[in-house]
Amino acid sequence: MKHTISVLVENHAGVLARVAGLFARRGFNIDSLAVGVTDDENVSRITIVADGNKYTLEQIEKQLNKLIDVIKVKTLSPDSMVSRELILIKVSCTPKQRPEIISICELSRGKISDISTNSVTIEISDNAQNLNNFEELLRPYGIKEIVRTGTIALQKGEQAVSLKG
Amino acid sequence: MNLSSVHMTVARAMTECLKAEGIMDIFGYPGAAICPFYDELYRSDIRHILVRHEVNAGHAASGFARITGKPAVCVATSGPGALNLITAIATAYMDSVPMVIITGQVDSEQIGRDVFQEADITGSAEPFVKHSYLLKRPQDTADVFKKAFYIAGTGRRGPVLIDVPFDVQKAEIDFEYPETVDIRSYRPSTKGNGYQIKRAITALKEAEKPLICAGGGLFTGNGARLMREFAEKNDIPVVSTMMGLGAMPSDSPLYYGMIGMHGKKAANIAVNSCDTLFLLGARVGDRAMSAMENRKDFTVVHIDIDPAEIGKNIEANVPIVGDITLVLEQLLEQVDGFDEPLTHTEWRAELDKNRAETEPKPEADGYVNPKWFIQTLDKYLPERSVVVADVGQNQIWTAANISLKDGRFLTSGGMGTMGYSVPAAIGAKTADPSLEVVAVCGDGSFQMEMNEIATAIQHGINIKIIVIRNRFLGMVREVQEKAYDSRLIAVSLDGSPDFCKIAEAYGIPHMLADSEKTAVEGIEKMIKSDKPFLLEVAVPEHEKTIL
Repeated sequence: MKHTISVLVENHAGVLARVAGLFARRGFNIDSLAVGVTDDENVSRITIVADGNKYTLEQIEKQLNKLIDVIKVKTLSPDSMVSRELILIKVSCTPKQRPEIISICELSRGKISDISTNSVTIEISDNAQNLNNFEELLRPYGIKEIVRTGTIALQKGEQAVSLKG
Repeated sequence: MNLSSVHMTVARAMTECLKAEGIMDIFGYPGAAICPFYDELYRSDIRHILVRHEVNAGHAASGFARITGKPAVCVATSGPGALNLITAIATAYMDSVPMVIITGQVDSEQIGRDVFQEADITGSAEPFVKHSYLLKRPQDTADVFKKAFYIAGTGRRGPVLIDVPFDVQKAEIDFEYPETVDIRSYRPSTKGNGYQIKRAITALKEAEKPLICAGGGLFTGNGARLMREFAEKNDIPVVSTMMGLGAMPSDSPLYYGMIGMHGKKAANIAVNSCDTLFLLGARVGDRAMSAMENRKDFTVVHIDIDPAEIGKNIEANVPIVGDITLVLEQLLEQVDGFDEPLTHTEWRAELDKNRAETEPKPEADGYVNPKWFIQTLDKYLPERSVVVADVGQNQIWTAANISLKDGRFLTSGGMGTMGYSVPAAIGAKTADPSLEVVAVCGDGSFQMEMNEIATAIQHGINIKIIVIRNRFLGMVREVQEKAYDSRLIAVSLDGSPDFCKIAEAYGIPHMLADSEKTAVEGIEKMIKSDKPFLLEVAVPEHEKTIL
């Protein structure tokens, strides 16, 4: 089962290595990992999507909490979170095919961010499932390159994973 | 600039930090990248004990810390010096021993260029430290040291590494050691949750066959003393993990011995027939767990400082996270309110039936039975003795036959690191010279650590060394006999030296015990010796730990 874990950490050198190393040596599988600074420049948020059963998830949370640089750990429930991932896709595209691809983008809320004679680069942000569908729609044209940021997520409503709460 | 701060080099500040933490003895091995710090040691009154291999600086610090209960310090230079410490760091981490490790590092600007004696020690040691620092900014020195000692010596104890580049050691700072420390992301839990305490008391009252399993965590604070009180007031039988040996005096009528693969029959039966198990400061590693596999039908009250240990190896019905001393005080407070004391006479009578052990048999001429030997050693040791067992058959024979009246049993329990006993004994003896400290090792492990006899002599550390000699890596041989149809490979120790001659070469008294008579004589001489002493004990080559 997939779990989305939001982790607040001290914004120090080496923290990401500690977190990633912990997953590797304890045998926890990471699907994606996204990291960035928060509104407090001393604090970063790492969003991890990991695979595992209930026991694994409990151990992940507990072991993360043991790292001195980890301030807070929270597993977000799938029904009460907003999750997004950004993807950039470069697709083969002859001038003739452009209208088709533009219409796919419009229907899927994608955006053309670069265009050349025989290719387009599209950016789109959505949840992981929708991105997978979008990718499939473009596959027949020939995907040249793909990059995904990994999922980021926040809880819905007023609740927040913050230093105060 | 703060008015109370003093201008000095970081190297000097490092010695000031150590003094502020009450550190008067450190174990180490110098090298170029740590020379500025050593130059300040020259000026300070901190005693530096020179080991003969860096790993033993770590093990000695471990032995020291286990006696004082406070973080002990070891030092090495950059690159190979630091890397040699890793096994000791991992050993301390597995057994939750508080330790601060200081390593020299190449110049900050050179880091990452593969210069002479450069190694990424914070990176390499990461899986085995509670935390680590690469001290990049000279002005952070005081803060980093304060935090390192605080982290190592609180919560679940463990090793903390401080890596200090050469140029940083030489940098000048305004130094003032902070009085307090606050780390927002590190708040070790203290008292147990009140609701869970109540549930634990209910479980205790309802239990017909309660049992305490004592772990190594009891040696923090007053844990061992309070556990004895808790057991005695409620008439609860006690068993122990290997790390918990000595928490309950083995002559107590409530004590039934060590559990596990190599444990006592009575203890394993107790674990398998109790209805409520109180796990106190025990993580129940796999070797201990083997005693109670497939048990699902009992209530487990698990008390540990580390929430990650609760539910990891054994399911807990009543989880209590907290400092063992505080939690036991909370429990005892409730117990004091009982209308009448609990008794478990029938349950104990049931357990007493399993106490009988087979007496070790006398051996043919030229040999001593190892079980008999440890039992005999036990009779002669003063009450306040520390026995440090190495790893292998010697560890099992010692753990199973030593009684520890008011002493301590030390061993590398989690990591099973060979070569631990002699350096750890040096550390323990340095921590409290009034203790009788005996290292028990095999002829395999001894050859990994015998260089440390020089350390003991050089610094006047009067430890006693017992080499249980059977000319084999006996534990591995047992595995090969049992699981590999006796195809013995790489377990013969042919080519070993005459250990008494080694002692002779170091100029320390020694004796060979090859009969019960010479064993007793050797033990007596060893205990009387005011110098390090080596007692070689010839045991039958094919003696087993599992019968």
